[in-house]
Amino acid sequence: MNFDFSDDQKLLKETASNFLKEHAPLALCRAVLESDDSYSAELWKKAAQLGWQATAIPEEYGGYGFGQLELAVIAEEVGYALAPIPFASSVCFATDAIVLAGSDEQKKRLLPKLASGDSIATFALTESPGQNGGEKSKTKLDGDSITGTKLPVLDGDVADVVVVLADCGAGPTLALVELDASGVERTKLECIDPSRSVARLDFTNTPAEALGKPGEGGRLAETLLDRAAVLMAFEQVGAATRALEITKQYTMERYAFGRPIASFQSLKHRMADRYCDIEIARSNSYYGAWALENNDRELAVSACLARVAASEAFDQMGVDMIQLHGGVGFTWEFDCHLFYRRSKLLSSALGSTASWKRKLIRRVSGQEAA
Amino acid sequence: MDFNDTPEEAAFRSDCRAWLEANAKPKSDHSSAGDGMGAHLDTDAVEASKAWQKKKADAGWACLRWPKEYGGRGATSIQNVIWGQEQAKFDTPADVFGITHGMCGPTVMTHGTDEQKEKWIPGMLTGENVWCQLFSEPAAGSDLAGLRSTAVRDGDDWIINGQKIWTTGAQWADWGILVVRSDPNAPKHKGLTYFVVDMHAAGIEVRPIHQINGGREFNEVFFSDVRIPDANRLDEIGNGWMVSLTTLMNERASIGAGGGASAISELIDLAKRIEIDGKPAIEQSAVQERLADFLVKARGLRYTGLRTLTALSQGKTPGPEASLGKLVGAVLGQDMAAFGMELQGMCGGVNDPGLGIDGSTWQSRYLGFPGLRIAGGTDEVLRNIISERVLGLPPEIRVDKNVPFKDIPSGN
Ligand SMILES: Cc1cc2nc3c(=O)[nH]c(=O)nc-3n(C[C@H](O)[C@H](O)[C@H](O)COP(=O)(O)OP(=O)(O)OC[C@H]3O[C@@H](n4cnc5c(N)ncnc54)[C@H](O)[C@@H]3O)c2cc1C
Repeated sequence: MNFDFSDDQKLLKETASNFLKEHAPLALCRAVLESDDSYSAELWKKAAQLGWQATAIPEEYGGYGFGQLELAVIAEEVGYALAPIPFASSVCFATDAIVLAGSDEQKKRLLPKLASGDSIATFALTESPGQNGGEKSKTKLDGDSITGTKLPVLDGDVADVVVVLADCGAGPTLALVELDASGVERTKLECIDPSRSVARLDFTNTPAEALGKPGEGGRLAETLLDRAAVLMAFEQVGAATRALEITKQYTMERYAFGRPIASFQSLKHRMADRYCDIEIARSNSYYGAWALENNDRELAVSACLARVAASEAFDQMGVDMIQLHGGVGFTWEFDCHLFYRRSKLLSSALGSTASWKRKLIRRVSGQEAA
Repeated sequence: MDFNDTPEEAAFRSDCRAWLEANAKPKSDHSSAGDGMGAHLDTDAVEASKAWQKKKADAGWACLRWPKEYGGRGATSIQNVIWGQEQAKFDTPADVFGITHGMCGPTVMTHGTDEQKEKWIPGMLTGENVWCQLFSEPAAGSDLAGLRSTAVRDGDDWIINGQKIWTTGAQWADWGILVVRSDPNAPKHKGLTYFVVDMHAAGIEVRPIHQINGGREFNEVFFSDVRIPDANRLDEIGNGWMVSLTTLMNERASIGAGGGASAISELIDLAKRIEIDGKPAIEQSAVQERLADFLVKARGLRYTGLRTLTALSQGKTPGPEASLGKLVGAVLGQDMAAFGMELQGMCGGVNDPGLGIDGSTWQSRYLGFPGLRIAGGTDEVLRNIISERVLGLPPEIRVDKNVPFKDIPSGN
């Protein structure tokens, strides 16, 4: 038994951390948030020079052929830096979808551009508020054309390719749509976290092709969500860790009643509880990563564990971060809201926490094939 | 990252299992995870526990991590966990040696002289001697260093007077670890000295205390002019606080991740059997969401334990993070017990083993877990430890430091 990352993976993590320290201070996140940009194209390019987007793509398609554990350590650092790049959508979900389910031709056509960072991919599962990704799609894939509306689509306004859940008559099917095709309308939506972006995509007889077997898109989408959930959990744990560090620092330096506010027990205990949440989430995420890497039967359950623990840990840390900062925590100029916003974007991006809780219990109790 | 046994670990596991199969009965499906406070003990149970310990010791399966020279196996932490996992699958007698092996042994090994180790360790290991922990006093629990029982030097002996309380298992113990005040003029943490006391010595009186869960496992212990030879002192005079910290660290690590986590599968099973509005409870979304909260914590604790274990096997020492396991685990155990009762509707308040569902385990856990949230450091004290020692936040403002002990204000 060895429940830890390897030395090489730790080195990769350190490199990622140093890189982001230099190229992605929180000011970068803020700059995107305050501009009309949907992400930092410059950081995305630099990350590509380090090969992040290529990490888990097989060598024959222009990647490095590493595994999911390597992506997990990068995701944690992306989270820690609140890096404003479409890492989760493009690398953790859509690229994975193509690697997992694409035909050789599709892989040859799409993966090299994704590996080099020249192209961004994303996923589009839901169609209306209240949905969590497993619902029946109204969007129709008819042979090689698709019609329907998808919303919200993370990074949908800047992506080049999108993996769409549609109905093909034979049941749910995943489709690949290149967004420069005809019949695509993109509408950028206001995002709770403007350092990232969401959009609505309308397809009208848009050219599309099936990804994987028609009729099996539901199962495939579930698997992809599970896989992405584990990696996103690392991102959430990274971000929550940073938020706790900043909060600690601030409360040690801020004085009231003649002493650092961090010496008040209710604040100490609140931070101790957040530490526990984060460690519980980290441990569940490790387990998820192990299941992911080993393609284990446990993935279905471990993904839910990691997702629920990490979403709740980061959400609560975001809330407490503002509270423990007092008035300045509510100001635009302080960084608290960057974390507060990001936490909610991430905890909704793959479906609500409650939906993952229900899925978890259905899976462990055998009510739902895992 | 690898969860599976290495070939050596697998071989070790099958050795464990082979011995257990030959010497114990497998657990039935219905055996329960306990109420957080362990089984209620009586003299028969203590004898059964001693006999089982002796059997293990004779075969080399006792206190696996302890050095071979004292009869241990010199096993690694991982091997110790493997043994624990395998033993848990068997129906073995309730254990009276938790404190003996989890706290007293490690403290004697860390601070004892060679003669002291030779004198006491083997008896712990073979199950001949049960030990107890004489720390808390009526006026000193969380604030352990505020204790008032005294030790006064008299030739080669020390004379002990005072009262200890909440001493688990004192009525069955042969030896006790004892921390007392040897210098009332020194600041409170500096005036303490640590001893090993013979529980059969003249002047010791043990009175069991009735607990809310019906048990009588903890006691008041009165000391009236009890003589302890100086040879039974652990470490230097005045260094008792440091020695106590060794005991407390081991205590939290050994209570650690256990907590309530193991009851989660029973709770899920209960939710399958109970019907709400004509449907199994487990199919109700509100029930699913609560169960998920518990499961996430229970599994998170288990994997945190594995991370700690990995760190140990890499040669790192476990630090104050161990407090996390006890803090999260004890609250979890109590919350799950409450939910187990909640699922039973109007029967939630029935604590009759004949009538209640699952032999009223949820009710008895509900009565047992409050103890775990207090014993070995309360939730609040653990949060202080985590915030100060793990996160590095400022210590509590103290009015009792650097003042002679006798000048510190005291309440009831
Ligand atoms: C089942 C059980 C078994 C036990 N077994 C043993 C044993 O074998 N040997 C032994 O020596 N002791 C034993 N104990 C005693 C145990 O260690 C103490 O009860 C515990 O440390 C709390 O001390 P106290 O009871 O004096 O409560 P107090 O310290 O008076 O605490 C009362 C309340 O005040 C809070 N509090 C106290 N100080 C602080 C602070 N600084 N910050 C915030 N809140 C604070 C506590 O958290 C608690 O909520 C046992 C206790 C139990 C319940």
